[in-house]
Amino acid sequence: MHIHRYEKIWLTFGMCILAMFIAVLSIAAIGEGFVPPSNVQTIDPTKVASTPPFDHPGLRKVGDHAYEAYYVAHIFSFDPATITIPAGSRVTFYVTSTDVEHGFSIPATGVNTMVTPGWVSSVAHTFRDPGTFLLVCNEFCGIAHQTMAAKVVVR
Amino acid sequence: MNPANPANAASSNDPMGSGHWPENPAFTLSRERGDLLVLTHIYTATLVLGIGALFGVLQGFSRANWIVMPDWFDYYRMLTAHGVLMALVFTTFFITGLLTYATYRSIPRVRSTRLNWTGYCIMLFGTAMTALTILSGNATVLYTFYAPLKASPFFYFGATLLVAGTWFVAADIIANVVWFKKHNSKVLIPLPAFVSVCTMIMWIIATLGVTAEMLILIPWSLGWTSGVDVSLTRMLFWYFGHPLVYFWIMGAYVIWYLVVPTAFGGSVFSDALTRLAFISLLLLSTPVGLHHEYLDPGIASGWKFLHTVLTFGVVIPSFMTAFAIFATFEIAARKNGVTGFWNIVRWLPWRDPAFAGPALGMILFIFGGFGGIVNNSYSMDVLVHNTMWIVGHFHITVGGPVALTFVGAAYRLVPSLARRQLFAPKLALWSVYMWFVGMAVMSFSMHWAGLLGAPRRTSDVSYFGAAGAATWHGQMIGAALGGTLIAIAVLFFVIVATGTYFTNKRTEDNPALAFAPVDAAAGGTPPVLDKLGRWAALAVVLAILAYVGPVSEQLSAHAYLAPGMRTW
Repeated sequence: MHIHRYEKIWLTFGMCILAMFIAVLSIAAIGEGFVPPSNVQTIDPTKVASTPPFDHPGLRKVGDHAYEAYYVAHIFSFDPATITIPAGSRVTFYVTSTDVEHGFSIPATGVNTMVTPGWVSSVAHTFRDPGTFLLVCNEFCGIAHQTMAAKVVVR
Repeated sequence: MNPANPANAASSNDPMGSGHWPENPAFTLSRERGDLLVLTHIYTATLVLGIGALFGVLQGFSRANWIVMPDWFDYYRMLTAHGVLMALVFTTFFITGLLTYATYRSIPRVRSTRLNWTGYCIMLFGTAMTALTILSGNATVLYTFYAPLKASPFFYFGATLLVAGTWFVAADIIANVVWFKKHNSKVLIPLPAFVSVCTMIMWIIATLGVTAEMLILIPWSLGWTSGVDVSLTRMLFWYFGHPLVYFWIMGAYVIWYLVVPTAFGGSVFSDALTRLAFISLLLLSTPVGLHHEYLDPGIASGWKFLHTVLTFGVVIPSFMTAFAIFATFEIAARKNGVTGFWNIVRWLPWRDPAFAGPALGMILFIFGGFGGIVNNSYSMDVLVHNTMWIVGHFHITVGGPVALTFVGAAYRLVPSLARRQLFAPKLALWSVYMWFVGMAVMSFSMHWAGLLGAPRRTSDVSYFGAAGAATWHGQMIGAALGGTLIAIAVLFFVIVATGTYFTNKRTEDNPALAFAPVDAAAGGTPPVLDKLGRWAALAVVLAILAYVGPVSEQLSAHAYLAPGMRTW
């Protein structure tokens, strides 16, 4: 099988790009912890209302500028509907669904995760600047899916 | 010593190698039957594309806040219909038709078309069942049908039949290749039949995943089981969902490698490298599905990273294809005494819609590739997952390159099969250029909206005037305008395709769509590249290796079994 010299150069270039992509992602994942939200933690969706800490959804202060926010997603709203945090806070979100598949996304931030019934999703973000952030469900969950939203207020 | 290649052995004006075969009246008859069969597949795809495009443009209008869909035909019902008809039905019918054609043409024999017709009828019946269930509002679950959204059992039954029908077509294609090998053990499988059977083997391996998912969902939708493991069904869906994408790409590649060169008298760049590209896609299609689930809870990040690495492997067949296509252009141009980049570009037959469609699609595909790299980049996916960016991405891949290639090919195939002159060739030319411009505008707008965080799968992104949502409106208008152009282009296509049959008279001076001859200078093909059985086995092994870990973890987690819900 004859492979043209130019094609060999071209494919070598392709392989180098491939190696570079994988190297960049590996370094970011291992060195800096850039890993997609992959929390592995089960929960019974029928007992969310009686399972701490989801029995009292909302914000908990866990340290200096550090918060944990527990959300329950259900058709067609998030509980809590609004949280307020000071600028510079790092918030770790924990979300679970009591019914169908939902999404949990704060546009223009790195907060984005699927919410699967039976599992607890987790994602963290540092809110540096003040503002009001829209939190939306970005997976189709039913007829009023387009109304499923909440607010994160950063003061 | 390499086996002879029939495409090489045949004279250049008879690229299919049919010179080996004596003229046989029974074969002529079977060709007529074969033509009708393929034409039926292609026309079914055409009709479905027309309906799907209407739903698509109405979605664009809804999101631009120009219209509000009525309760009796709500946005999400229409979105489900659009997704299922375009992603699962239009593409599948076109590809089954195309691959049947490629196989029949390159393996001339007296044959029965019964198995293939059976497959077609099952596919059509399944499609009708699924489509009617969606349109009646009993399956508003989008084309991904994520549990625990529970559709009517007819939706799952219909979709399963659609898949089962394709297996009959695949069996027919495989049977023809097996027949060829039996009678020509020392000869390579003709290239068009090879790429067809390779694509179908990939498809069979992939559809086993969605069939397994259906075996879970059907009893549940009938009320025989009380719950399903949601994460497991998602994993099975994406085991199928990504190879589905490569099924479209492989269909388009069949045309890029084997049909596009005929528009300018070119030849296939390399028989061996074409086979190698298809084998790479066969191997790399299935073990990559978790890159659709990067943001899923319950799947350890290590498995996701494994699939990231395997997904990037597609760089190899992509680079090979890019090289081969552009080499084909340049070699043919040089043979005609044309040199220099812009001279070659100008020399190409841009006024031939059967060339312009696929070629414009190739331009779009470059951007589709760039976006795909972002989507697959593991942690970077967080910024685009389930945003309009993804919608922009799959429209500039399947809705641009693949669909434009199919449309362009149909402008050759339909006249060839119907034995009629192409109706309104100017309209045909307009259709591909309008489509290209419309898709560029729409997809660019969607990508942009996605970068600003606009969610996909949402009827209205205004969120009651919330501050963050206000930035998305302009892009939604851009998408609606682009979508309008595409819908008009699709209408032109439907007019040309159906007009060819209904307004033009039958003529015998319309040659059959031929496949490009193999460039003899490219050298022999190693026999190992023709051994599809082993490559198929290797593909299965890779799929198992990539999924045995995540699936067994899923099963051992004893996740909650969700009851079905109807939230629409």
